[in-house]
Amino acid sequence: MTAHTIDEATDAATGTPARTIEHPGASVPRAFTQAELGWLPWLEPADEATLTERQYAGLVDRSRVKSDYFRLLARDPDILRARTLTDKDIFYNASDGLPRAERELAAAATSRFNGCIFCASVHARFATHHSKRHDDVQRLLDEGVDAAQDAAWRAVIDAAVALAATPPRLEPAHLDALRRAGFGEQAVSDVIHSAAFFNWANRLMLSLGEPEEAPPLP
Amino acid sequence: MTDIIDRLAGVRPGGSVDALRRHRPATRDNAEASYHALFTVIDETHASLAERAAVAQFVAALHADDVATAHYAALTREATGDRLDDVIDRLAGAARTTGPYGDYPADGPLTRESVPGPRFAVDDEVRATLGGRLGAALEHAHLLVFRPRESSVAALARLADAGWSTDGIVTLSQLVSFLAFQLRVAAGLRLLTTEDAA
Repeated sequence: MTAHTIDEATDAATGTPARTIEHPGASVPRAFTQAELGWLPWLEPADEATLTERQYAGLVDRSRVKSDYFRLLARDPDILRARTLTDKDIFYNASDGLPRAERELAAAATSRFNGCIFCASVHARFATHHSKRHDDVQRLLDEGVDAAQDAAWRAVIDAAVALAATPPRLEPAHLDALRRAGFGEQAVSDVIHSAAFFNWANRLMLSLGEPEEAPPLP
Repeated sequence: MTDIIDRLAGVRPGGSVDALRRHRPATRDNAEASYHALFTVIDETHASLAERAAVAQFVAALHADDVATAHYAALTREATGDRLDDVIDRLAGAARTTGPYGDYPADGPLTRESVPGPRFAVDDEVRATLGGRLGAALEHAHLLVFRPRESSVAALARLADAGWSTDGIVTLSQLVSFLAFQLRVAAGLRLLTTEDAA
């Protein structure tokens, strides 16, 4: 029997090869920042004029139709919808468990460690907003995941970083450190989910386009 | 009813980890819906089940997750009807390393944080066995798993050269990125589950 060659099975139906888009003039940020950044896609987003209802369902919030990132992901609407609903619950369902600030901290630390300048900018801002600890967040961005933090933030950052490694190297000691810092079992589970989710988000943002420094306000 | 993450993490029905997950039903349900959107209820026009399964098996093996690797290897066998899973297993064994690593732009302050590491490429013989599309997909998956900071428009162009459409690249990117989440939730909950049983 000849080896199975997947090309033969699918070539006829896969359509036109992708056309990539370059942005030679873009001002790409070189350092981590809490400033607002833009994002430029390397592939053509779905055309707003011809979006289907299923694609709108994938966007979840209709306002996201203005985002190149979400319209690009809308090319596969079902996984976009499930991704977005997972994201919203992990980060916004905060009536109990891990506080919002520490969920955003886990996202920012993961993004810092993986090297996603765009994701880190958004979630560092959110972490600052919810914690009111701008300088601590900025230290995470400037000096990295090993920069000095108090015990609770140390425990969250260390757990997020250990989980972001491939293979993951999260250990019982990381969970015990979270408990010693006062986090209950639901909060510990929330740290795992918040950190794990950004390993998804970082890879989409990093691989489908690039960040751009926003032009200074006039 | 148990779901895929329960099975990967060994969550015991009615146990404390099961309760933690059921306290966040939207997260639980949509993590499951994500799996189904990528692997069970799919349109194969731009990415076949065989391609999805083979890439997933490769990614799970790169994460050194034996339970997940066995799950996706079984899916590879089912989807291809032959022993492609053995080929993927051998490739992943040789491609394993630890991440994240990779270069930051040489002209910026982050260059001091650049970490060198291997770039995975399939050889001609393996490419002939797998086909150009799957060969390129595995190379891209390795990039996303271990050195996502080195992603580039050139990497997407290599997928396009191998025949991947824009829709197909979006699906492939979601699949590898979703697994980076799913495998980590499973790894984290597995620790809690072990404590739960002790």
